[in-house]
Amino acid sequence: MLLALIRRFGQMIFVMFGISILVFLIFFATPGADPASRIAGRNASPETIEAVRKSFGFDQPIWVQYYIMMKKLFITQDLTSFVNRGWKVIPAVIDTIPVTLSLVIGAAVLWVIFGMLFGILAAATRGSIIDKLLIAFGLVGCAMPVYWLGEVMNLFSQSRYHDTWLFSWVPPLGYKPLSEDPEGWFLTLIIPWITLAILYIGLYGRVLRANLIEAMQEDYIRTARAKGLSETRVLLRHALRTSLISFVTLFGLDFGALVGGAALLTEVVFGLQGVGKLTYDALQNLDLPVIMTTVIYASFFVVLANALVDVVYILLDPRVRSA
Amino acid sequence: MTAPLLETRNLSKQFIVGSRFSSLGLRVVHAVDNVSLKIMPGETVGLVGESGCGKSTLGRCITRLYDITAGELYFEGVDISDKSMRQMRPLRRRMQMVFQDPYASLNPRRRVRDLIAEPLRVHLNLGETEVRERVRKLLEVVGLSPDHMERFPHEFSGGQRQRIGIARAIALEPSLIVADEPVSALDVSVQAQIVNLLADLQERLSLTYVFIAHDLSVVRQISTRIAVMYLGSIVELGLARDIFARPSHPYTQALISAVPQPDLKRAGERKRIILTGDVPSPIDPPQGCRFHPRCIYATDKCRKERPILLPLPNGRTVACHYPLNGTV
Amino acid sequence: MLEVKDLRISFRTEHGRVRAVDGVSFDVAQSEILGVVGESGSGKTISLMAVMGLINDPNAVIEGSIKLRGRELIGLSQRQMRGLRGREIAMIFQDPMTAMTPVYTIGWQIAEQIRAHEKIGRRAAFARAVDLLAEVNIPNPKEAIHRYPHQLSGGMRQRAVIAMALSCHPALLIADEPTTALDVTVQAQILDLIRKLRRDHKSAVVFITHDMGVIAEMADRVMVMYSGRIVERGTKAEILLEPRHPYTKALLDSIPPLEGEKPKRLRSIPGSPPSLFDLPKGCSFAPRCPWRFERCAEKPALEGGKHAAACFLKAAS
Repeated sequence: MLLALIRRFGQMIFVMFGISILVFLIFFATPGADPASRIAGRNASPETIEAVRKSFGFDQPIWVQYYIMMKKLFITQDLTSFVNRGWKVIPAVIDTIPVTLSLVIGAAVLWVIFGMLFGILAAATRGSIIDKLLIAFGLVGCAMPVYWLGEVMNLFSQSRYHDTWLFSWVPPLGYKPLSEDPEGWFLTLIIPWITLAILYIGLYGRVLRANLIEAMQEDYIRTARAKGLSETRVLLRHALRTSLISFVTLFGLDFGALVGGAALLTEVVFGLQGVGKLTYDALQNLDLPVIMTTVIYASFFVVLANALVDVVYILLDPRVRSA
Repeated sequence: MTAPLLETRNLSKQFIVGSRFSSLGLRVVHAVDNVSLKIMPGETVGLVGESGCGKSTLGRCITRLYDITAGELYFEGVDISDKSMRQMRPLRRRMQMVFQDPYASLNPRRRVRDLIAEPLRVHLNLGETEVRERVRKLLEVVGLSPDHMERFPHEFSGGQRQRIGIARAIALEPSLIVADEPVSALDVSVQAQIVNLLADLQERLSLTYVFIAHDLSVVRQISTRIAVMYLGSIVELGLARDIFARPSHPYTQALISAVPQPDLKRAGERKRIILTGDVPSPIDPPQGCRFHPRCIYATDKCRKERPILLPLPNGRTVACHYPLNGTV
Repeated sequence: MLEVKDLRISFRTEHGRVRAVDGVSFDVAQSEILGVVGESGSGKTISLMAVMGLINDPNAVIEGSIKLRGRELIGLSQRQMRGLRGREIAMIFQDPMTAMTPVYTIGWQIAEQIRAHEKIGRRAAFARAVDLLAEVNIPNPKEAIHRYPHQLSGGMRQRAVIAMALSCHPALLIADEPTTALDVTVQAQILDLIRKLRRDHKSAVVFITHDMGVIAEMADRVMVMYSGRIVERGTKAEILLEPRHPYTKALLDSIPPLEGEKPKRLRSIPGSPPSLFDLPKGCSFAPRCPWRFERCAEKPALEGGKHAAACFLKAAS
């Protein structure tokens, strides 16, 4: 088993290495524009472009370029953005991580709890009005684009109904660090949490419901009933436990992607300076070093999440262990 | 001396399972282990054995649905051991398979007419009217009404679906049919119908059968010769009526005695041998004679030396150091 | 022990009422094995599911009387049935490969059943699980309780399932085709085991199968079902040696013999069992019966005392 774990992480390192090469090639080896001028940004002076060329080694062979880029990214961490006048990229990205984490973890807690409640309730009351309503809500939740929902939430909570008791507590858009202002941190994040979670509650609720219903048809459920166990126990201890496997693996993948910056639109709408917002701004300005950094960061997280999910899967499903 | 229709020489099939990095590493499943068998035209050879014995795998190797790992395979005198899929195509007209599950082996989205016509359309260049005519005749031959041509598989019972599968198999007038548990999924009363149908077809169309089944009574009914398989190799081979009357291999004896029989009059006469332990896995076969851990007659020699298939004076071939003589 | 009278089970569907079981009556005594023979659609499984109270379909209508040790089961609340299930009556099913939950060890699952019905602690429950596994001849039971179902072979799994079913010493064990999915040598072991357990626990056993050979080995008395009704009932010897109903006879005739003379052709029953949506008006077997005559347009009742048959033909051939 240990060997399997080591192997999995070895694979992960290998994949990340491959991703870094691929990203590098995409950004800097595509024929056409000169990478140096791309990095230097629009309206850069010829001297700047020349400085960039030297600094990044674009006059050197490609593998040297790659090496230099990776060194700037990981070792010396002095990758600078030229669009933003010498702004150090790596620290900037690192600063945004807590924001994204706050958003995503909070939303995750919400969506796991409510998604499970939703799925279990719908499966238990299958076919009834409650089930149908839940499915409908779930569908609506999935269908609403997060940026639209976010803006609507803002519309209500920040402007239209801001003065009513319902939303008067809502602080202005923006993030308040946890260490400085815990109450502020919490209040600024509630509405973003709900907004982000709604989509996933709908999705996960429906997936869990489908898995549970399928699991309830299995032979071992019939045996469990024949043992005289209560229907609740059969559902929660036997059907749920087996269905949880796919729920957890899905969760791991989504969570990984979100931490990597997939919550971009939510962050933009609510003015939270997270990794996603950073990427968004960089895209607006075509700030290449930042974009490249965030892309690598995001892909690393997805790969890490994938690897962790595989490990968790082994822990949850005994059938996979001996295979 | 007539030439065999199908011949295998030292045929082996191995599957690799697991992965190099898991706790057990790579493992080899010796599904079929060194099988040499001659199938003569017009006969029915029954392959019997329990799970893991390799009979289904052998059936699929014979029809080249699997590639063989080692050994040789001859069909109508031609060496087909290494032929590619393309090269096998013309030969497929001459050998066909009938499968176990009448619910899974027919495409539910196709009408019966198309299911049976497909082999005709693929291999022969016939006009549509001719194809339709042949399909009608085939349906009649297997005992179904030609009116059923336009229906879908799910509209039929298990026995009827199996008839459709058989119609499809005989459409190209093959010489060899490998039937893999063709009646196991059917109700008992329907099994008898299908067994009768297969026997009739054999006579009418001069077919040769390889009949794979775990149900010994059915195998005895339809087979001329049978091969008893255990852990990938043949342990006994001979005429069906002889083997059932006087099995020579201890496993065959145990197998026959384990089958529950409704014949109360003879119940007292039967000697019941109940084997201990489970049917072993073909991944890690025992040393020496593969059957020795469960054999009540096992000796030291059996534990060390693996017996090979040798002919007995009574025409039987057995792989055992101490073949049984006498009655069950 | 178990007394079923006039059990009728039907389902409300869009095509109207479908009768799955049409007036079935039987009983099983302590230490007795009742064999139930039938093919698909005979209603054998669903009748016994009704005894267990495992029919979950809201469209099911169950009428008649099922008495366990004198206590009426039809009409009991779900809670009351749950108290009986697994404790007084236990059921084991056909496919051992999927019978147990894959994510819990077999020791845990056996202990779960025990603790659902008795107030004992975890340790005690696990200790009993070890004893139960030993009783069904699973080697190394102390180690086996920590195994997962997929780590056991088919035969071992079925033994574990049997151990679990007997964990609370039920008065009645219902076995629905428990050996059909097993290899024949393993089947012989399991049948042996069930007979031994019947002796040791004195339980009443209802053994459902389609295999007449298994009936010959296991059953004391037999009932043959066809299309939701009992068509013949009697002792094992009566059914196997002097069958009265044409279906029973035909079923016995269609089995190829393992010894003795081989028939040129097997005697098969033409056609197939009728769809429950389209049952014939009179005797359900008449369309396939070689001896049908005019009277068969009426439904024959099961009569004839201990060895009863539902057929208008008087002489047994």
